[in-house]
Amino acid sequence: MFLLRYIVLPPLIALLANLLLGRWWGRKTTATLACGSVLLSFLVSLRDSYYLYMITLPETRVASDVMFTWLSIGRFEIPVEFVLDPLSGAMCLIITGVGFLIHLYSVGYMWHDPGFRRFFVYLNLFIVFMLLLVLADNLLLLFVGWEGVGLCSYLLIGFWHADMKNASAGKKAFVVNRIGDLGFLIGLLLVFAAFNTLSVSEMQEIISDAIARHLPLPLAPLAATVICLCLFVGACGKSAQIPLYVWLPDAMAGPTPVSALIHAATMVTAGVYMIARLHFLYAFSPFASGVVAVVGAATAIYAAIIGLAQNDIKKVLAYSTVSQLGYMFLAVGVGAYTFGIFHLATHAFFKALLFLGSGSVIHALSGEQDLRKMGGLCRRLPVTFWTFLAGTLAIAGVWPLAGFFSKDEILIAARLAETPLISGRALFAVGLSAAFLTAFYMGRLFVMAFLGPCRVEADKQHHIHESPWTMTVPLIVLALLSAVGGAAGVYHHSFARWLSPLYGAPDAAPPAVEHFVMAASLAVAFGGLALSFLFYLQAPTLPDRLARTAGWLYRWVAEKFYVDELYEWIVVRPVYYVGVAGQAFDKHVVDRAVNWTGGGLKGAGFLLSFFQSGNVGTYAIWFLIGVSILLHVMR
Amino acid sequence: MNFFPVGQTHFLATSAFLFTLGVLTVVVRRNLIVILMGVELMLNAGNLAIVAFSRFSGHPAGHVYVLLIMTVAAAEVAVGLGILIALFRTRKTINADEATYLRW
Repeated sequence: MFLLRYIVLPPLIALLANLLLGRWWGRKTTATLACGSVLLSFLVSLRDSYYLYMITLPETRVASDVMFTWLSIGRFEIPVEFVLDPLSGAMCLIITGVGFLIHLYSVGYMWHDPGFRRFFVYLNLFIVFMLLLVLADNLLLLFVGWEGVGLCSYLLIGFWHADMKNASAGKKAFVVNRIGDLGFLIGLLLVFAAFNTLSVSEMQEIISDAIARHLPLPLAPLAATVICLCLFVGACGKSAQIPLYVWLPDAMAGPTPVSALIHAATMVTAGVYMIARLHFLYAFSPFASGVVAVVGAATAIYAAIIGLAQNDIKKVLAYSTVSQLGYMFLAVGVGAYTFGIFHLATHAFFKALLFLGSGSVIHALSGEQDLRKMGGLCRRLPVTFWTFLAGTLAIAGVWPLAGFFSKDEILIAARLAETPLISGRALFAVGLSAAFLTAFYMGRLFVMAFLGPCRVEADKQHHIHESPWTMTVPLIVLALLSAVGGAAGVYHHSFARWLSPLYGAPDAAPPAVEHFVMAASLAVAFGGLALSFLFYLQAPTLPDRLARTAGWLYRWVAEKFYVDELYEWIVVRPVYYVGVAGQAFDKHVVDRAVNWTGGGLKGAGFLLSFFQSGNVGTYAIWFLIGVSILLHVMR
Repeated sequence: MNFFPVGQTHFLATSAFLFTLGVLTVVVRRNLIVILMGVELMLNAGNLAIVAFSRFSGHPAGHVYVLLIMTVAAAEVAVGLGILIALFRTRKTINADEATYLRW
């Protein structure tokens, strides 16, 4: 017996309770309810996933739960149906597991904030929508979750909305996501046009039925390509890929736990999840898959380059997230769905850890985010230091931490990939370079924050303190997960076997390729870390000298390739001027037409009012004349 | 024997005569009470015509209508006289030419 609805309901109930009744109880109750509900969701997901695992036949590992019918128009029905299969089970565990840890962390992080209750209401709402997104069988329901998490993202980026900068960052995220969502919506409509249903399981049935009976497929290759590309536009927006990545770095304006939960671990991976969920569509369009892989690889290296020259600790991590999401798209683009989801999971562990660690640093330094004003924190913040070290090594891809295994599998898949657009070797080369840059900028971040001399401003020095237990416990748990999560996933291919009902058993790569990729990725991981230690610890003047020598290049990178400025000029300004023109048109043409009409009628009425004498007798005469004329005419 | 046969035409002529009388009363007189009486006259001229039509066509609906119109006319007179009394109380006049307040 599965309890799928009870995965979604606890946070919903908790958020309603906190929203409606929260003013009558204190922070402790609010926090307990918010965290406890997510923990309950996690336990239910764990139980249901275990029951799923207990089903002997892997192909039948699907459970569904229809709550009610949402829409019913003629024969078209949208039920609120939750479906648990290995993929959504894994996603649920990540969302509720990592989500619970981040909730716990937020209790410490947000304790002194006046918006404590509002924060947890938003956070719980986010969990609800995210679970809806991954558990939905119907694409329209998925879209509800998709938009819902976007809303929560917007609300939480602008959480401290009294500051204009935060509010406009939220707005930017919302608007950029709208562009992607439009593509997604068009994709949904095209899916409906092709399949006459929006239910993923029904779509899959239609396709497998057609294949089994050698019937023509319901959609032509071109249609499949168009649908996949439209859906990918949506994924680009939500998962911050080129060219719609610009909102994610700005999204760091939100509180750090939000960056960890929404903008690193869960929401931004929704695009990857969506493509993995609709893998059977992408299987029809090698071209669209190729586009996904190329965009992913390009984003991976592009964001990594920008990450090299950022000085804000959260900005570095933000670009790192964009880059790692690029890896996931590279994986799903070359058909390695299992490893895309695997990297999604390990990334959720170590990136949540890194964000929470950076939050702990920021908390200790009274809000300081500039890496140049940190340094030497290793002794003052021992727990943060050690856990952050685990995260850094994990993302850099050092054996045997989580990032090594997932990244390694993706690189192997890329190396062996055959796409119509680009050779696997090129994808591999790009991925490997991005891995090198990742190791380098993470090493740089780590050294600048924790090692070397202390550059903290004097008035903040005495305040440096290790965070309370609610913040350090999640760090420790996530550090453990980052350390062993990858190894556990590849141990006897456990993660691949778990997902095999969806994607089949992965083909074993030729040992020569496997060993070569492994050696190469280890080499770049250590090389990047070593180089960053050399640059920022051994010879701290070297980076500055380099930056001066390659002046314009450095500035170009540090200013994020001026993409924001470019968008400003080619998108924002034109739209703004169209708006100005529209306003002028409205004011001078539409308003005038309205005013003139009104004025004309008023004048005419004024003239006609002279016929009104108020004398009943006169009216009677006019009435008589009028009736006589009417009778005469109608005779 | 029918020395002077009264037909539909006579009734209608009487009705038209009464109606014209009523119209002229309404148009010419200034006293609002008399104007109201003119209106009543017009109404009853109409009634007479309807009853005549009903009588000569053999259809009973006209009779029913006339009874209905008489009821409505009673109500209408009550409202009209009510307005008149209200006017007289506030303005001390029942002259139609002086009661020209319903103007812009």
